[in-house]
Amino acid sequence: MPDKLPNTSDDGILSLERIKTIPGYPGDERIEKGPVVVIECDEDIPCNPCEDICPKKAITVGEPITNLPRIDPAKCDGCIVCISICPGLCMFVVHKNYSKTESLIHIPYEMHPLPKKGMVVNGCDRSGERVCDARVEKVIESKKLNKTSIVAVAVPKAYFETVRAIRFEE
Amino acid sequence: MNADLAVIGAGPAGLCAAIEAARRGVKVLVIDENDRPGGQLFLQTHKFFGSRHHMAGVRGFHIGNDLLEEAKHEGIEILLNTTVWGVFPDNRVAFTREDDKQGSVIAKNILIATGALEKGIFFKGWTKPGVMGAGAAQKMMHVHRVLPGGKVLVVGSGNVGLIVSYQLAQAGAVVSGVIEALPEVSGYQVHAGKIRRMSIPIMTSHTIVEALGNGQVEGAVLARAGADFRIVEGTEFEVSCDLIILAVGLRPFDELLRALGVEMAYISGLGGFVPLHDENLETSKRGVYVAGDITGIEEANTAMDEGRLAGVAVAEKLGRLDLSKAEELKSDIRRRLANLRIGSYGRQRAEGKQEVLAALRERKGA
Repeated sequence: MPDKLPNTSDDGILSLERIKTIPGYPGDERIEKGPVVVIECDEDIPCNPCEDICPKKAITVGEPITNLPRIDPAKCDGCIVCISICPGLCMFVVHKNYSKTESLIHIPYEMHPLPKKGMVVNGCDRSGERVCDARVEKVIESKKLNKTSIVAVAVPKAYFETVRAIRFEE
Repeated sequence: MNADLAVIGAGPAGLCAAIEAARRGVKVLVIDENDRPGGQLFLQTHKFFGSRHHMAGVRGFHIGNDLLEEAKHEGIEILLNTTVWGVFPDNRVAFTREDDKQGSVIAKNILIATGALEKGIFFKGWTKPGVMGAGAAQKMMHVHRVLPGGKVLVVGSGNVGLIVSYQLAQAGAVVSGVIEALPEVSGYQVHAGKIRRMSIPIMTSHTIVEALGNGQVEGAVLARAGADFRIVEGTEFEVSCDLIILAVGLRPFDELLRALGVEMAYISGLGGFVPLHDENLETSKRGVYVAGDITGIEEANTAMDEGRLAGVAVAEKLGRLDLSKAEELKSDIRRRLANLRIGSYGRQRAEGKQEVLAALRERKGA
């Protein structure tokens, strides 16, 4: 008997083409310039804590509360405060040009144990497939984050739009 | 024993109603059959959606702790391990306590906030140990700290199925997959996205045929589900698992309402038979109120606000709040509720609620 079912539905996965059309996407140009949030939120769920928490007032939901969050690419400085408040865990801060060869992705992480700085883990895409090695640069855990820790991983630049999860063996 | 308000069910709706009423000097007694109050809030480890007023971004069990603190602060008496088995026409609420002692309370008003029951689906082997509802698995994990299985098949891709899959994986289980009879995922994309990023597969248009195993679950037979949800013969295959979680929907826990003869109607957008009620959540029986999932399957944030609305309405009726203050509080709450019932997931609930109000008006008029 197999241990795992084949996947037949990609309903849980937003395509990159789709993400680039939603108001939470800051734009390719802005992503070139420095760290910025990518809000991968595409359903009209009544929800707006990201709007409330952003210290730069860079995220707007407004009325009705089912509007998709809109990112103001000029105001967002990629401060990562919004990542942990999102009940959908769909906010990622992307620093494409972290170095000449690598991008840095901040990912919400709610598993135990947390990875440690310096570890090389699997960088996974939106379907959990391993796509590359990811080096853990930072692990942020605090009471304020309310059990949604943030893990920052460096990945080869080619994967800045792909890596949205990590996995590792203890 | 007597009370101004007897609240049956100490979940999010019942606790919020009790708090709002007690805050205005209403003498409240809360009764719950569980050994601790809070209802399903303590099974909810995820952060709530909504706005600041709905505690968005706060985890369910933290909200539960806050409500218990508030209830304590208001001096609300909560009878635990106490099962209400009847409500009589003189507004006597009869109950059995843990030690089999009988008791009753005469209450000027009664709020029935008994929540929801999990639905089941039935298949060969469904009574084997290792087949359980999502709520049971959550209670084992989050309250009793027991991992109910090592390799799990989850049936149902609504938010409950998606969330319980995520929680099982967090607790260390391997989730073999989530199956869904419909051709698409029923819950939020973001919840599905969380488990997909953990590489948990989702199989739509599939259903369970049989739980395999000698004495306990050792696997399952699955098959394609046709448009009529029937098994497509010849498509059966097996998967290995030691736990099968059923997350196939909820229905209002309405036995007490039926015993009372409260007028009900079948409203599919609200999850089944629901009590008719007015804008203050008072049913067709004067002095009998309802709030939370018993009025239609929603979420804890709507349950809390419905509870608050009923609590304010009772305080107003008992003269503990003047009319204009009560109106102001109630319209605030109604606005918040309306805000949670919009969008593609909320619209049918909003329509269902309108049907409930209209049906009661119609029957009263008739």
